[in-house]
Amino acid sequence: MAKTIANKKSSKRAQASPAKAGGPKPKYDKVRLPESDEGAVVFCTDPLTVKSHYEIDYIHSYAEDSPFFRGLAEGKLCGSECTKCGYRFATPRAYCMECGAPTKWFDLPLNGRVHTWTTCYFGSEAFLKEAPFNLALIEFDGVNTLFLSRLIGATEKDIRVGMPVKAKFRRLAQFKPTDVYFVPAEKA
Amino acid sequence: MRPVYMISGGITKFAKGEPRKSFRVMVKEAFDYAMRDCPRLTRERIDGSVLSYFSDHFTRQLMAGIMAADMCGLVPKPTIRVEGGGSTGGLCFQEAWRHIASGWMDCVVAMGFETMSHVNTWKGNEFIALASDTNFDYPVGGFYSGYYAMMVVRHMHEFGTTVEQMAQVSVKNHKNALHNKWAQHHYDLTVEDVRRSPMVAYPLTMLDICTMSDGAAVAILCSEEVAEKLCDNPVRVLGVGQGSDAMRMADRPHGNVILLKHEDASWYKNLKYPGVHSFRAGRMASKLAYEKSGIEDPREDIDFVELHDAYTSSEIQTYEDMGLCKYGDGGKFIEQGHPELTGRIPVNPSGGLIACGHPVGATGLMQAVFAFWQLQGAIAKHNDGDGFIQVKQKRGLGRRKMRGAIHSHAGTGTYVTVSILESTR
Repeated sequence: MAKTIANKKSSKRAQASPAKAGGPKPKYDKVRLPESDEGAVVFCTDPLTVKSHYEIDYIHSYAEDSPFFRGLAEGKLCGSECTKCGYRFATPRAYCMECGAPTKWFDLPLNGRVHTWTTCYFGSEAFLKEAPFNLALIEFDGVNTLFLSRLIGATEKDIRVGMPVKAKFRRLAQFKPTDVYFVPAEKA
Repeated sequence: MRPVYMISGGITKFAKGEPRKSFRVMVKEAFDYAMRDCPRLTRERIDGSVLSYFSDHFTRQLMAGIMAADMCGLVPKPTIRVEGGGSTGGLCFQEAWRHIASGWMDCVVAMGFETMSHVNTWKGNEFIALASDTNFDYPVGGFYSGYYAMMVVRHMHEFGTTVEQMAQVSVKNHKNALHNKWAQHHYDLTVEDVRRSPMVAYPLTMLDICTMSDGAAVAILCSEEVAEKLCDNPVRVLGVGQGSDAMRMADRPHGNVILLKHEDASWYKNLKYPGVHSFRAGRMASKLAYEKSGIEDPREDIDFVELHDAYTSSEIQTYEDMGLCKYGDGGKFIEQGHPELTGRIPVNPSGGLIACGHPVGATGLMQAVFAFWQLQGAIAKHNDGDGFIQVKQKRGLGRRKMRGAIHSHAGTGTYVTVSILESTR
């Protein structure tokens, strides 16, 4: 109903202008948005479903964790040790979760054991092409917490909780936590 | 803190994708359902709202909460959004509880939703995985099913839990959902079906894991005075509890069990806790909720549980966190049939997340709605006359009223809520 009324009004207006023929045309008649051939990717017309793209590059600072990532490039695994209670974290953190005191860096051993593990046959979109891949939480002697890493050179059939593993490093660092990965210690 | 009551609830039928309705219309439909179920409640009586949805990425709409509130005609009244991963809905329920318990409001609407179908499943998994440490965890292969798989592999190592026991959880919950018209999936399964479905992350198969969903749920809470005026059959929120743990599983300590009242330290002499096999947040939330509700022994004092079974493994782990059995006995607990509909303490009579779906921000409120209908004895009323999943009051209950617990859980056990609801009948 509302639409019909609006149409009538606009058609009246359209008829009104030829009556003033000869007069100067209003400037806004020439105002147009430029057209483009962008169009739309349409998945479905009812309900109308279109592709909406979204992409962003972050300027991501590793901030207080930076020494860990620089360490990977030098073939070092750096953990955090509490300056007050001595609690040792295999995954670095600036402050101790147990007592709240600041931590200092220490070198983790490069040999550890599989605390738990899985083989992922699917994944997030970003990692789908890498599937299947193994994830493992690594435990180290004398360290209170664990470290998440990829485990290669072994499959679902031969990975075991408690299995000895050894850290290896990418020769060309990408400054990601995957610059380090673990392999079975026997095969290293 | 003053007593708080739930007087109505509503949900949409959860679906893999609901492209014909935007999130605000889904919330409005759940809200209208709740308003119809409590005819004496008018919109004028509502003092404000609490909104819950997990991920801005899924909607690609910041401040979506206010859009749901305005669609329901609840502006210019106060409103706020809460977020805490998978536990978002449970946190929303408890925030609404605080609105009333503190005396700030007399009637408040808790509303939650998620529209996860707007990206493909693997992109959705990426969004969810961004709820893990983006320096150390996500870039290694961020995938929540992988994280939970690692947790249960350790549970299997510590306690001898089996993949068949996990599969039994899927069979049970799907079977219950055959009698729940609101559920997303209606599958009659066997343990073999679950084990034969595609492996996602060893040892979890497709049927060990909940799916992504679109949906909304609403719970209306109020003071005792308002409940008496407006509702013939309100449900009391007896007590709430919440807990948390480190974002990174790797950081979780290996210390002593946090004991519930009915437990003894001698049970767990050799157990390093929580490690990555148990959810300390779930234990803390249970302990606080039980203390506030005067629950001495959850095995006796609760009649059913709606808990967060995003994975069959996490249902087994949660039996233990909630003290329905000892740590380590979760696998045997399902094997012996205790959480079945006719068992000692029915768990997920609705079908849980695995069968009902998991539109994250709505899920914890869906549990509240199902528990509310259970405690009203109104399952059949809201389920086309099918009352099969209505839990029977157990053990000659004369001494107390019927109680249910709802348990909402965020990624790898970071935020967990437990709320205890009690019938007034």
